Amino acid sequence: MAAVQTTSERALNKVAIISVLIVTIIFLAPIYWIVSTSFKPRNLATTVPPTIVFEPEISPFVKLTLRRSQLREQPTPEEYAAAPWWERLVFDGGEKIVRSGRGEVQLSGYPSRFVNSLIIAITSTVLAVAMGTFTAYGFSRFKMPGEQDWLFFILSTRMLPPVVVAIPMFLMYRAVGLNDTHVGLIILYTAFNLSFSVWLMKGFIDEIPKEYEEAALVDGYTRMEAFFKVVLPEAATGIAATAVFCFITAWNEYAFALIMTRRDAQTAPPFIPSQVGSGLPDWTVIASGTFLFLLPVAIFTFLLRNHLLRGMSFGAIRK
Amino acid sequence: MTTLTMTRLDPQSRAARRGMSDISIRNLFIIPTILFLIIFNIFPLLYSLYYSFTDFRASTNAPANWVGLANYRELLNDPFIWTNFTITAKYVIVSVAGQVVVGFGVAMLLNRDIPFKGLITTLLLLPMMLSMAVVGLFWKLLYDPSFGIINYVLGLGRFEWLSDPDMALYAVAITDIWMWSPFVMLLSLAGLSAVPKHLYEAAAIDRAGPLYTFFRITLPLVAPILMIAIIFRTMEAFKTFDIAYIMTSQPTTEMIAIRLYKMAFQEWQTGMSCAFAYIVLIMVVAITNIYVKYLNKVKER
Repeated sequence: MAAVQTTSERALNKVAIISVLIVTIIFLAPIYWIVSTSFKPRNLATTVPPTIVFEPEISPFVKLTLRRSQLREQPTPEEYAAAPWWERLVFDGGEKIVRSGRGEVQLSGYPSRFVNSLIIAITSTVLAVAMGTFTAYGFSRFKMPGEQDWLFFILSTRMLPPVVVAIPMFLMYRAVGLNDTHVGLIILYTAFNLSFSVWLMKGFIDEIPKEYEEAALVDGYTRMEAFFKVVLPEAATGIAATAVFCFITAWNEYAFALIMTRRDAQTAPPFIPSQVGSGLPDWTVIASGTFLFLLPVAIFTFLLRNHLLRGMSFGAIRK
Repeated sequence: MTTLTMTRLDPQSRAARRGMSDISIRNLFIIPTILFLIIFNIFPLLYSLYYSFTDFRASTNAPANWVGLANYRELLNDPFIWTNFTITAKYVIVSVAGQVVVGFGVAMLLNRDIPFKGLITTLLLLPMMLSMAVVGLFWKLLYDPSFGIINYVLGLGRFEWLSDPDMALYAVAITDIWMWSPFVMLLSLAGLSAVPKHLYEAAAIDRAGPLYTFFRITLPLVAPILMIAIIFRTMEAFKTFDIAYIMTSQPTTEMIAIRLYKMAFQEWQTGMSCAFAYIVLIMVVAITNIYVKYLNKVKER
């Protein structure tokens, strides 16, 4: 900024600061609403007018993880007193926890979907980043006939609408029994993220001076050794950023998961909306599931903040 | 983009004799990825190219009959498909225009001395990182006519956002604008910070007005990067599925990807949907081509 500011400039700056504050509040309001709804008792989730100030409780998270059913009759005082605190919270909400014959609590559908999401996102990320790093190094350091065309081909696979690819993949998976399996989704997400990982990693590897490897080659390293011992450590930050991006994409993916999975390998994105179903949905439970699901992404966004620009532009724009 | 070539190894050196040749390392590193993408992207597309010429239905065991170009002919003559395209075009224009206005506007605001600028920027970027499906679901609660927070804050009474056929598409677009304006903002900020300060100083000395400065200095210099944002968002908006599919089931919000999904997985018109997918595919590849040209242009700067 200029050293000498006129009064009108200073006033303008104040207006800008206030506008930024308002914009920030508007942009964060929906996220605040998700978080706050996930700590509300059920009867406060859909009040008219909406409840903004309330006493937070964690009953939605209990209801999210355990199987429960409507309470037909009120629990007896003894039953209520004998119940652990988390079960009492569910009683207070007019529901009870379903127990097996031996009195064990059972998990709801959510935890297994969450674990599926973790398994599929992590495995596909590791595969996509590993293959992507090798390929990026190959394109970055060696001459390849038709290099630009190959890179365009790789990027174009990312741009295909999921539903377009999903139709033949569904038929092929059905033929080989990969529908509704972890492996099936892992392959799809790896293929989907691979092109992104190649493009992003190529940008990072291009920035590593090739003199480093040349020095290692002169010292008697083979090209392979130079790659693993010199290039990979230098590219560590880039690999981490690429991995987080791939993880977030796989974690958030909806269309493939909706089409390719039903139950066993279903991930959280198609499962969470399916809870709404018919009748009156319990928004506190949906919110708590949403909150837990969005939390890792929010944390990663903070860790990734300096690389967002690069990742979002496929490595084309660097700061 | 520059191709880096490394000094060739002396073939007599110890390292060269011990290790693999550069060519075989290159092939070992690149070919598996290309094969993988061919098997899981190109092969399926060839598979569906074949089905697009048949009357195959995946829900029955009946064998596929060759029907030639009948599917394509029928689709291109189907007025309902054109409705889907019109809806998609309307959605793309509204949501991308909204994202550019909001995103670029906020970037202009942030391109000054703002306290906690880094933190605020990161917080504003949060929406675009979240799952579209889950966020779309939650916006249904925000839009609810009776207990939704949006009607309460705006004092709109029982305004129907999603169940009004005329409003639903705009309601979805508003959610999309909320999610993706940060993307335009992020790219615009990069463009704005790259504008040389001395240009503004020169303009100030010449007593140029703010409008003149904006249209003659800021906008032309940010334009290439803004163009990338616009093309990328256009491509993504064109493919919109998650958010609209989750938020409403109005016929007025049935965009191409949703129609395609319904045709393939609810009506099980597999052959027809493959043909439809190909029409969509050609359009997407065309936009991708433009996008990559722009990416390379910006990279070269």
